[in-house]
Amino acid sequence: MKLWDCFSTALRALLSNKLRSALTMLGILIGVAAVIAVLSLGRVQATLVEQAFATLGANLIYVMPREAGVGGMVGEATLTLEDAEAIARHAPSVAGVAPTAQTYAQVIAGREKLNSLIAGVTPEAEWVDNYVAAQGSFITESDYRARSRVAVLGSEVAKTLFGQMDPTGQSIRIAGRQFQVIGVLESRGMGFGVEDLRVYVPLSTFYTTLAASQAGSRGNSVDMISVQAVSSDELESAEQEITAILRDLHRIGEGERDDFRVLNMESVAGQLTQVMGILQLVLAGIAGISLLVGGIGIMNIMLVSVTERIREIGLRKAVGAKRRDILIQFLVEAATLGLCGGALGVGLGWIIVIIMSIVATNLGFPFSAVLSGNAVVLALSVAICIGLITGLYPAIRAARLDPIESLRHE
Amino acid sequence: MLELENITKVYKAGQTEVPALRGISCRIESGEMVSIIGPSGSGKSTLMNIIGCLDKPTSGQYRLDGTEVSELNDNQLAEIRNKKIGFVFQSFNLLSRTTALANVELPLIYSGASNRRQRALQVLESVGLAHRVTHRPSELAGGEQQRVAIARALVNNPSLILADEPTGNLDTQTSKEIMLLFEQLHEQGMTIVLVTHEPDIAAYTQRTIKIRDGQIEGSVR
Repeated sequence: MKLWDCFSTALRALLSNKLRSALTMLGILIGVAAVIAVLSLGRVQATLVEQAFATLGANLIYVMPREAGVGGMVGEATLTLEDAEAIARHAPSVAGVAPTAQTYAQVIAGREKLNSLIAGVTPEAEWVDNYVAAQGSFITESDYRARSRVAVLGSEVAKTLFGQMDPTGQSIRIAGRQFQVIGVLESRGMGFGVEDLRVYVPLSTFYTTLAASQAGSRGNSVDMISVQAVSSDELESAEQEITAILRDLHRIGEGERDDFRVLNMESVAGQLTQVMGILQLVLAGIAGISLLVGGIGIMNIMLVSVTERIREIGLRKAVGAKRRDILIQFLVEAATLGLCGGALGVGLGWIIVIIMSIVATNLGFPFSAVLSGNAVVLALSVAICIGLITGLYPAIRAARLDPIESLRHE
Repeated sequence: MLELENITKVYKAGQTEVPALRGISCRIESGEMVSIIGPSGSGKSTLMNIIGCLDKPTSGQYRLDGTEVSELNDNQLAEIRNKKIGFVFQSFNLLSRTTALANVELPLIYSGASNRRQRALQVLESVGLAHRVTHRPSELAGGEQQRVAIARALVNNPSLILADEPTGNLDTQTSKEIMLLFEQLHEQGMTIVLVTHEPDIAAYTQRTIKIRDGQIEGSVR
């Protein structure tokens, strides 16, 4: 009996019970879709980490208040401008320091209004945080010294307020005060940053006009300090120097906890990897359980199918089918169930990946929805193998049936 | 040609042994049309299963076309059934999901024959069903279904057609037509063994072997 005959026989049998076959495939379908999603998520993660390193360089260190999230403003403000200055002055392994203070304020341009994050930054931020002006220029030393009311817009902010128009030279109002737009930043497209969503003003201006209430007892507070190490080899010593300087400035005694956090790009990537890892684990769990349940479903339906077709098996044997022929017939049927479920699962997985890429692109990190051939081959092989493994026992039962008994079966 | 020599068959039911056949010896020549007749429980079904190579005798020899069948294993028996024997059943035993054509092609799938379709069409035409090949069994009348089954039995050019109560599910008129078809096949030289309990049906054959209590009671021409 040729394989094609087995396959067409199997297809005919499955098609004669469409609903039952479809329901049986469901478990495999969901499982395979989850497998495809897991594999794609792995690629998203790799892309994200790669992008972060490419944009910011591997030498970047973030210093944040202990309770803060990445780029956020939660928790007690424990860092000050003086901390940043001390790091710049006393840490030999540090090449550049850029403190950032943030607050939310209403931004008005003409008729457009927007509640946006306002970031007070120093001119050093241009190279430390790698801000590239797409139009106009970034905040200069003289802007900073003169406490000029100038603003640089993140790309998304510019798009919202001015659309296709060039905003440089235009006037905007931030928290009721007039500012002049001097530049627009290139889109960062980063997954875990707010760079495109902020308005940048000189930190000096920020303190005088926007954050009067934020000035704490320990001087001008900042939400984050970006530090560039001299080289990647100096990364570790830079971190140690920063920790020592800040502990000293904050008068933290021995054995007491730091009131700040020092993160390098690797630990940021590590956090990201951890989050993605959990997501992947959850999806992999769903995949595993679905495939298991799907496999049991196939075995169940194949057992029913064998019982329903005892006479058919008897007849096939009477006209010359050997045990092997019957075994192969039912195995191919089970494998076909697996394969069809798998193929539909690849389809569903593909849709999930497309949705993931759309969501991801909207969140600011473009990732192309590419279905790798390897993933498809792997998923389909798994689906077929599950069909074969779970179909084996029913197929053996069918093959062992006695032709005389089977022909007499009602 | 088929030769049975002192065939016995004993079934075990728990501790007790139930003899179904107690030494059957007979000879059916090529081209003969023979009926085996006997009441239920006489052992004629068991005999038919052994002649059809579906079952092995407990003792005795059975030669089919010179091949000693009683010593073959399951796979070899399957091959003999496929190549040398054509079965016709009382309840037709057609696969309901498939067309008449596909039903007739079935034995050819297991013999690995080429141009199956052509061969199946040819046989269907010879039983007068050329116009019904794409119909499913449920769309065919009882007589037509049995013709499909006969075509299936003929498709591999067997040495022997073995029919078990082939008219048992048919009305008188249709039964007559099916028996005429068997006679026609016999005239073309086919060896036919008919198992029945109806003397009317047995009357179509040249020779009747009577079975009772697992033994041959007599052979009537």
